[in-house]
Amino acid sequence: MGGTMSGASNWNAERAAQIINEHLGLEGPMLPILHALQDEFGYVSADAVPMIAKALNLSRAEVHGVTSFYHDFRHEPAGRHVLKLCRGESCQSMGSEELARKFLAGRGLEWGGTTADGDLTVEAIYCLGLCACSPAAMLDDELIGRLDAETLAEAVDTVSI
Amino acid sequence: MALITEIDFGTPAQKSEKMVTLTIDGVEVSAPEGTSIMRAAMEMGTEIPKLCATDSIEAFGSCRLCLVEIEGRNGTPASCTTPVAPGISVKTQTPRLKALRKGVMELYISDHPLDCLTCSANGDCELQTQAGAVGLRDVRYGYEGANHFDNVKDLSNPYFAYDPAKCIVCNRCVRACEEVQGTFALTIDGRGFGSRVAAGQDEPFLESECVSCGACVQACPTATLMEKSVIEIGLPEHSAVTTCAYCGVGCTFKAEMRGEELVRMVPHKDGKANHGHSCVKGRFAYGYATHRDRILKPMIRASIEDPWREVSWEEAINYAASQFRRIQAEHGKHAIGGITSSRCTNEETYLVQKLIRAGFGNNNVDTCARVCHSPTGYGLKTAFGTSAGTQDFDSVEETDVMLVIGANPTDGHPVFGSRMKKRLRAGAKLIVIDPRRIDLVETPHVKADFHLPLQPGCNVSVVTSLAHVIVTEGLVNEAFVRERCDWSEFQDWAAFVSEPRHSPEEVEKISGVRADLIRSAARLYATGGNAAIFYGLGVTEHSQGSTTVLAIANLAMATGNLGRPGVGVNPLRGQNNVQGACDMGSFPHEFAGYRHVSDTAARDVYESLWGVALEHEPGLRIPNMLDAAVEGTFRGIYIQGEDILQSDPDTHHVASGLKAMECVVVQDLFLNETANYAHVFLPGSSFLEKDGTFTNAERRIQRVRKVMSPKNGYGDWEITMLLSNAMGFKMSYKHPSEIMDEIALTTPSFAGVSYAKLDEMGSVQWPCNAAAPDGTPVMHIGGFAGGKGKFVITEYVATDERTGPRFPLLLTTGRILSHYNVGAQTRRTANVAWHPEDLLEIHPHDAELRGVKGGDWVKVQSRAGDTTLRALITDRVAPGVVYTTFHHPMTQANVVTTEFSDWATNCPEFKVTAVQVSPSNGPSEWQESYRQQAEQSRRILQEADAAE
Repeated sequence: MGGTMSGASNWNAERAAQIINEHLGLEGPMLPILHALQDEFGYVSADAVPMIAKALNLSRAEVHGVTSFYHDFRHEPAGRHVLKLCRGESCQSMGSEELARKFLAGRGLEWGGTTADGDLTVEAIYCLGLCACSPAAMLDDELIGRLDAETLAEAVDTVSI
Repeated sequence: MALITEIDFGTPAQKSEKMVTLTIDGVEVSAPEGTSIMRAAMEMGTEIPKLCATDSIEAFGSCRLCLVEIEGRNGTPASCTTPVAPGISVKTQTPRLKALRKGVMELYISDHPLDCLTCSANGDCELQTQAGAVGLRDVRYGYEGANHFDNVKDLSNPYFAYDPAKCIVCNRCVRACEEVQGTFALTIDGRGFGSRVAAGQDEPFLESECVSCGACVQACPTATLMEKSVIEIGLPEHSAVTTCAYCGVGCTFKAEMRGEELVRMVPHKDGKANHGHSCVKGRFAYGYATHRDRILKPMIRASIEDPWREVSWEEAINYAASQFRRIQAEHGKHAIGGITSSRCTNEETYLVQKLIRAGFGNNNVDTCARVCHSPTGYGLKTAFGTSAGTQDFDSVEETDVMLVIGANPTDGHPVFGSRMKKRLRAGAKLIVIDPRRIDLVETPHVKADFHLPLQPGCNVSVVTSLAHVIVTEGLVNEAFVRERCDWSEFQDWAAFVSEPRHSPEEVEKISGVRADLIRSAARLYATGGNAAIFYGLGVTEHSQGSTTVLAIANLAMATGNLGRPGVGVNPLRGQNNVQGACDMGSFPHEFAGYRHVSDTAARDVYESLWGVALEHEPGLRIPNMLDAAVEGTFRGIYIQGEDILQSDPDTHHVASGLKAMECVVVQDLFLNETANYAHVFLPGSSFLEKDGTFTNAERRIQRVRKVMSPKNGYGDWEITMLLSNAMGFKMSYKHPSEIMDEIALTTPSFAGVSYAKLDEMGSVQWPCNAAAPDGTPVMHIGGFAGGKGKFVITEYVATDERTGPRFPLLLTTGRILSHYNVGAQTRRTANVAWHPEDLLEIHPHDAELRGVKGGDWVKVQSRAGDTTLRALITDRVAPGVVYTTFHHPMTQANVVTTEFSDWATNCPEFKVTAVQVSPSNGPSEWQESYRQQAEQSRRILQEADAAE
């Protein structure tokens, strides 16, 4: 889920149609299609919604309802890397809010924002199931734990080179 | 006359015959199995608080106001989602429930603007009512927390506003759009506190998939979705139940009034045709009735070159009467005639034909059904003995297979289209035979099992080929045919359709429809359970229109799909009262009730009642009147509520016919296109301004009720009376009910109809007489009205209208949801927001070949004439086929259509014209000169000029 952003390609309707087609045989294909599109392009383009609607014989509104319900589906391209900082109870109890506040301030970001150079997007996530290692995060597809300001910055800077 | 309020039972009625008995608040009640506790309580008059439940949609269980306690069960279940169970004891009011409900209401109100006094829903708001019902006195959370008060209104839809600040996210609008309308245009964007109702992909309503049917506005419990007319005018104070004047579905509405001002039209739940649903036309597009273009004073002129002169009613009527009498004195009594209107009431139509038969003394009466469903009248009468559809609309709920031929229900008959979609979503199968990929072929949650995209003009060959498969593969219901039909005629027919030339493989060569599709469709129709055929003008408006109707009737008889609910042959009638106009004796050869003028018994009835001798030979049909006019033997015509210049084929010919006449009297709301050739204009009244009845496509007679005085001074029935009296044939009805009494007295199939019965029953389906005092929802149960069902051999004869090197494409015509017929009404409403002009649909391949791009002006030329319009490139039409609508007068699509017509009834062949399409710079010569002529002809002398 989420995908490695560094591999995201630019929006391409033909490729999107291909991805949609590949999943039509599944039972309940909408979520797998949305994940596959996000894996490919880093987000679910508004242009993909009518294509999915047509392929699944749904309305655009129905598809939009699903994509907007799940916060994990992005509506804009993300940065080359995505950091998901956990805000679950366990992480909060271990200081994740303070960690996040400082990290975001340091990079001049709001939750969900992307740095000006397009390098990094920071999103909130509510429990990664890694409570034993709170505060935890997921950087691209990799889980990282027992974070503090230094180790978090180091992890981010390492992938950003 | 107070405001009619309808009880909201909260959840839909259940059909189970098994009754369940339970106790609610100590009272024993019984309800059909599956009924919700909420509904069972309301049935006994106990209202359980609710917000997200309304009886037009399934229970949802989200608002948590309708909680109840059930003895012996844990918790507080929602009464909307909990069905009744035998022996349970339910409490709807306890201290615990009161506390819960109050707590829920506090949460709602903490995020609701408290502007009730200035809110458009003040006095008609369920949130307000329920806050009162649960005894809300304060909100512990205060009003300072996060809220949605700054959400921006969406005013894009011309008829209703969306104010998300007032939304409680009950989902009723979203569910109504899905369950009732079947468009799925709405959704909830986001989740949790961020949840908001959104149209399409969170876009303005007007740009979304929304078709503006009004179901969401109807379902909204607050002012979130509100008619702009209510915002502007305020709430209505009284209402009357009446019938929509648009299409043949015949929806029942409450006309909600403030004094003589119409505030809104609200679909009536008791309406047997619409069950509380509506479309954009009936619900919202009534503004034409008060449009500034409406003519309110009678006018005359000696020549069509002259400007109009406003005169008194007396002068106009006397002028028309004296001209008609002069023409008859000089050219014989057959030199004049008239046309009745499918837009007017049964009573008005009856009077016009009475005036012509008895007052004019001839049978030169015809009606616009000539150009639409006359083949239905002929075909179904021949096959079954009655000129009407066999079913009621409710029958579709028991249909397993729908066969839709040459009809586009979601645009042409939208409310019934929604019923069909609902049944299709529930699992019924669908076959569509249409050159164009209509919406039903593929629309959210509905997909045709088979779409047979035939070349226009091949209906007979394809339907006969379906019969070929049914007969040769042994799928005939022999027991039905032997019992109900003429067996020897059946055998002749079976032998005919079995000929190899009717096999799908041969017909593929003519029709372009793949043989396997024809075979599969035939098997599905014959073996899929209850199969019903729905058809429209794509069947009738052909040179073989009557033949196709007969072929359809053959299919239904051969498979035994007649005489019970769920099956049948259902013509989707176009206009609000086209069925009624036909029933009322509008055709030159028939009296009311389809009795031939040569039928002495029928003639005797009228001769003795009217005191005049009647002709026993049929009179002229519309095209014959026009031909005779050009020849000089027909010189005067009385046209009530029809625009033949625009709606009839070969516009040039219609124009020259009208031009040749000495006295053309047009009675209409507007100076329509035909009025450009008129000498007398009699302003008509709208359906809101008179009493009467309309008869819809299912033979249902429904009341039209007067809610305001006629702005022109008279109801149309009164105008016909004035003209008749001026011509010396006395009519003296005081109320339309007296006209209906005369109809009932003289017409066997209407014998039991009266206004008293209609008021009591709401509506009644003819035949209504001693044998069927409550009317006849489904016809031909147990046997055909005409005796034995008649199989007629349906030889396919290709139309003379063929493509060739000069005209290589086939033009076919249709209509669009937002407009109605020639657009005289809908063009004068905000419906133009959806469809400002007619477009030519052309396949990408044909467009590329001609260098045409989307939005380009193109010239469409046939051997009859040419016109120009803009192109829309789409694969909805097959290569070789182009399509347009005829809603706008400047398009003049009928300049292009030809004079070919149905062999039996003269119904014009609107659906097939060979054309060429080429790029163009703008309007054609005819369009330009017509525009000038129309402008010239519409001049009305100002009073100062008139005094000179």
